[in-house]
Amino acid sequence: MQGDSESSDRELTAASGDDGRAETPNSDRVTFDRRGVRAGFLTCVPVAIGVAGYGVAFGVLASQVGLSVAEAALMSALVVAGASQIVAVELWANPVPVTAILVTTFAINLRYSLMGAALQPWFRRLSAPKAYGSLFFMADENWALTMRDFRAGNRRGAFLLGSGIAIWTFWVGSTIVGTLAGGTVGNPAQYGFDFVLAAVFVALAAELWEGRSTLVPWVISLGTAVTAAELLPGRWYILLGGFAAALVEVIRHDR
Amino acid sequence: MIGDGALSLDPVAVGVILAMAVITYATKTGGLWLVNRIEMSDRLEAGLSVLPGAIVIAILGPELAAGGPAEWGAAALVLAVMWRTESILLALGTGVVSVVVLRGVL
Repeated sequence: MQGDSESSDRELTAASGDDGRAETPNSDRVTFDRRGVRAGFLTCVPVAIGVAGYGVAFGVLASQVGLSVAEAALMSALVVAGASQIVAVELWANPVPVTAILVTTFAINLRYSLMGAALQPWFRRLSAPKAYGSLFFMADENWALTMRDFRAGNRRGAFLLGSGIAIWTFWVGSTIVGTLAGGTVGNPAQYGFDFVLAAVFVALAAELWEGRSTLVPWVISLGTAVTAAELLPGRWYILLGGFAAALVEVIRHDR
Repeated sequence: MIGDGALSLDPVAVGVILAMAVITYATKTGGLWLVNRIEMSDRLEAGLSVLPGAIVIAILGPELAAGGPAEWGAAALVLAVMWRTESILLALGTGVVSVVVLRGVL
């Protein structure tokens, strides 16, 4: 199957490569094609393997609170937001505390609104189904890789979708493995998987650094986030850090 | 262990999962939906332009602050590899291996 798609892809490239090339000088253009999906997928596979470490941990937790394999897999397939899923199963009890779980899910995932907004310069050029369909697959890791790709000057609008499919596949698969394995699996921290997310973001920070103009918003974001993380529960600090930096930038724009 | 229970779907659990999915999707799309609908001034665009870096720092700061010397050392190595090679794969591999080694040593 892999070979098939590769050869047909190459034929497509050979047949339409020049047309595609001719349109690149228009800097406003954002593509959305199979090559973008594939680039995103392949770039994200090593990261997705790290994510799978979390997926196994989530599956183990889910099985311990009594979720069936089907229920845990369904949650991973439909929600696709690791931190909120892990917190949800930690809250899971009999009877299920529905309100607490849903409010926490919202609070933890609100940061995604800010991440989606950050994609706007590129995504406003995509049709609504493409943009909003891709966002279903957005997770921290593939958002980071997608920003990296856009910042590098690539305009592959399908990159988020491709990298998201990689995350989704490994996330759902590893959830099933973890739920089946139950208590027999050790701690993912043992293999350093818990550090993958931090490593992705350190690498991304290195690339997003644009010299001294970056310093003020970053210092404000850092100070706000570290303070908020001390004072507030959940992941409000991500939202507050990003919002504070953007607000200060809006205020000092004229100067 | 893999019996009938593995495929069972409790209606309450499925309901909560579906509601979680709807809420999460709303958070993922809400930001883009909003900025697509408001009049974009230069000012606002300047604010939006610092968002990616600011979010990265906001996620990273508390995470590293909660870590210890092993995580800080590994983060420094990721930064160094990234600067030298610009390869995210190499940087990630360095980070994961070095954090395991440093946790063992420190």
